[in-house]
Amino acid sequence: MTEARKVLILHGGLLLLLFVLQFVLPAYHHGNLARIMVLASFAMAYNIMFGYTGLLSLGHALFFAAGMYGMALTMKHLAFTPAPALLAGLAAGLVVSAVIGALALRTAGVAFMIVTLMFAQAGYLAVLYFGDWTRGDEGFVIQQAERVLWGLDLSDPTWRYFAAFTLFSACLLISLALVRRPFGRTLIAIRENEERARMLGYDVFAMKLGAVVISGTMAAAAGASYGLLFGYAGASFASVQYSIFPLLWVLLGGAGTVIGPFLGTLFMFYLIDLSSGITTAYMLIAGVVLVLLTLFAPQGLAGEVRRRVWRWLP
Amino acid sequence: MTKDQKGPASTTRRGALKTLAVGGAAAATLPLWARYTHAQSAAPIKIGFQVHRTGIGAAYGRWYDRTTQAAVRLINEAGGINGRPIEIVAEDDGTDAKRGAEVVEKFATQHNCDVAFGTLFSHVVIGSAPRAGELKIPYFVVSEGHHVASGMLNRYTLQPGITDVKSQVQAMAPFVSQNLGKKVTMIFPDFAFGHDHRDYFSAAMQAAGGEILELIAIPPTETSFTKYFPRIPRGTEVLYHVMVGPAVLTFVKELGEFFGPSRPEMFGFIDSLEAVDIASPGLEFLEGSYFWEGNPRHAQADQSPFDAFYREQVGVDARGASVSDPADVSTYAHMFGCWETLYVLKAGMEAAGYQGTGDRAKLIEAVEAMTDMPHSNEHPQGAKRFNGKTHQVFGHQYITQVQDGFLKLAHTTSIEDTLYPDEVDYTTQPL
Repeated sequence: MTEARKVLILHGGLLLLLFVLQFVLPAYHHGNLARIMVLASFAMAYNIMFGYTGLLSLGHALFFAAGMYGMALTMKHLAFTPAPALLAGLAAGLVVSAVIGALALRTAGVAFMIVTLMFAQAGYLAVLYFGDWTRGDEGFVIQQAERVLWGLDLSDPTWRYFAAFTLFSACLLISLALVRRPFGRTLIAIRENEERARMLGYDVFAMKLGAVVISGTMAAAAGASYGLLFGYAGASFASVQYSIFPLLWVLLGGAGTVIGPFLGTLFMFYLIDLSSGITTAYMLIAGVVLVLLTLFAPQGLAGEVRRRVWRWLP
Repeated sequence: MTKDQKGPASTTRRGALKTLAVGGAAAATLPLWARYTHAQSAAPIKIGFQVHRTGIGAAYGRWYDRTTQAAVRLINEAGGINGRPIEIVAEDDGTDAKRGAEVVEKFATQHNCDVAFGTLFSHVVIGSAPRAGELKIPYFVVSEGHHVASGMLNRYTLQPGITDVKSQVQAMAPFVSQNLGKKVTMIFPDFAFGHDHRDYFSAAMQAAGGEILELIAIPPTETSFTKYFPRIPRGTEVLYHVMVGPAVLTFVKELGEFFGPSRPEMFGFIDSLEAVDIASPGLEFLEGSYFWEGNPRHAQADQSPFDAFYREQVGVDARGASVSDPADVSTYAHMFGCWETLYVLKAGMEAAGYQGTGDRAKLIEAVEAMTDMPHSNEHPQGAKRFNGKTHQVFGHQYITQVQDGFLKLAHTTSIEDTLYPDEVDYTTQPL
C-alpha cells in the first residue's frame, strides 16, 4: 500500500468514525464530542505554527478570541446574521494574526514566546477595558433565536454536531493538504533548520508569516464557531489559559502530526471530566498524567505511534 | 504443590498494576457509557449542584456547599419533596464559563438531574444559561448578578433566592446621601461587576440628590493602589469602594496610609471581604466605615429566631465563622441564597405536583406564580418578593457599621427601595 493511501485511510477513517458516532453516542458524549471537535480545530491551528513551523506561541487565545468576538460583537451590535458574522470572525482573525505575525516574527525563540504572550494579554485586557461593548469578564449570550444558519438551528444537538464536524473536517483536510504540499514541507524545513532554509533561497519571514496567518485564521474559525454553537462569548476565552490549552493538547497528542491535536484534545477533555468525578484535586491527576506522558511518550500519543509503528504518519 | 505454594508470590508488580489499571479503567468508564433511566416516583429528586470548588470562587463554593447540605438535610428530615428525598449531585465548574456549560450538560444528559442549581459567579451563569435553556433544564442561580433580570438569559433560568446587584446598589443611595454625604468618589474594579456598581450607583445617587465627583476604575491585574489615590478629589465626602479578590487587604492598608487619621466617610460592599475576618490585621482602617451586607455576618442584639436557627443548622457562630474553626469565616452575605433557593424549589415542586423531568415546565410556571415570601426559617435573611416576569427576587438590604471590629446593623432598607421597572417578561417565551 502506498503511503498516500495509508494517510487517506487513516484520516478518512477518523472522519467516517466521527460521522457515524453521532448516531450511536448517548446525549452527553454526543454534546462533548461536538465541543471537542471545535476545540481540536483550535489545536490543529496551533499545531501548524508550533508542530510544523516550530514557532512556540503563547498567545493563541488572542486569535481564538478575535474570531469569537469578531463573530459575536457583529451579531450583538450590528445585527449580523450567523453567516456574515462567521466571516467577520474569520476576517478579524486574519487581520489580527497578520499584524501580530508581522510584529512578533521580528523576534525568535524565547522573545517570540514573550511577545505573543504580551499581545494576548493586551487583547484580554482590551476585552475588559471595552466592557461597555463586550460586557468584559461576564461576557454575553448569543440568543438561541439568532443562532440559525441557513435555516439550521445551531442550538439543536444534531445540527451543532454537524457544524462542528464540518469545521473539524475542513481544518483536518487543510492541515493534511498543507503538510503534503511544498509550502508545508518548507515550513518543516524551517522548523528543522531555519538557516539552511534561508540559504536555500526561501523567504523564511514570508513563510513564517504565512504559517501565522493560516494558524491564526483557523484558530479564529474555531473561536467564532465555539461562540456560535454554544451561545456565549466571554473574556475568559481570551485569558492566558486558552493560550496554554492548545499547547497542552498538541503536546499530548503529538506535535507535528495531523491527527495528534484531536487525540490530545479528546484525551485531556475526558481526563478532566472523569477525574473531576473522583476528586476535587482533579487538576493534580491531570498534572500527574501529563508528567507521565512527557516522561514516557515525549513526542505525544500520535508522535509515539509514529516513532514505533507508523513511520509514514504525517 | 510447589506451584500452588508459589501462588501469591507469582503476582508480579506488573501484573498487579495491570489488573488495577484494568479494574480502574472499567470502574471509571462504567458511568461514562451507562445510560440512565428515568427516575421512578420513589427515587430521589436529583439536584445538580454547580459548585465553585476550585478557581477564584472556591471560598464561596465551600460555603455554598455547606449551606446547601444543611438545607437538604433539613428538607429530607422533614420528608423531602412530594415524599421523595433530595439527592445533591455536585460537580465542580472550576469557576470557569466553559466548564460551567459542560457541567450543566452533564447534569441534564448524564446524571439526568431534575434541575440545576447553585451558581454564583456571573460569567459562569451567563456561559451556562444558554445550554440550560436549550436542554430545558430549570437552572436556579444564586449569583446576585443582574443578568437574569436584564433579560439576557432565558425562561429556564431563575434567581429566586438572592437579590441582584442593581437592586442592592440602588437601595444604598438614599442612605448614603442622607447620612454620609452627597459628594461621592467611587473606586471599583474595571470589569463587569465594577461597571454595574458604577452605573447603577451613579444613577441612583444622582436621583437621590447626590453628586459623583470621580470614578476611579482599577485594572483587574493591579496589585498596588497608591498611585490611584491622588485622583480622589479633596471635596469628597464619601468614598464608595468595592474591590474583589485577594488584593483587598493591600487596598485597605494603602488607603489607610494615604489618608492617615482624617478620612472621608467610607461605604463599601462586603463582597470584598467575604470569607475574610473583619478583625484581620491591616483592616483597622475600616473602623467606623459602613458596609452593604446581604445578610449581617455578625449576630445582632435583636437577631431574628430564623437567623439563629439558620446559623445553627449551617454551623456558623455569632461572628459568622465556622463553629469548628473560628478562622474559617463564611460568605454570610451571599450563601443564604442557596438555602432560600432550595426552599423555593421545594415549594415550587409541591405546587406543581412535580413527578419527574416531564414536569419541568410545570415547575417553571409554579415558581413564576410565586410572589411574597414571609420572613421565616425558609427565608432567614428576610421577607422577599418574587417577580415571575423577570425571574428575579427582591428583598431587604442591610447596612452595617464597623464598631470595635463588630459589624453593627445601622439600617435596613425596605423592599420598595430595591424595586425598579421590569426589563423583560420571560413568561412570553415558550417553554
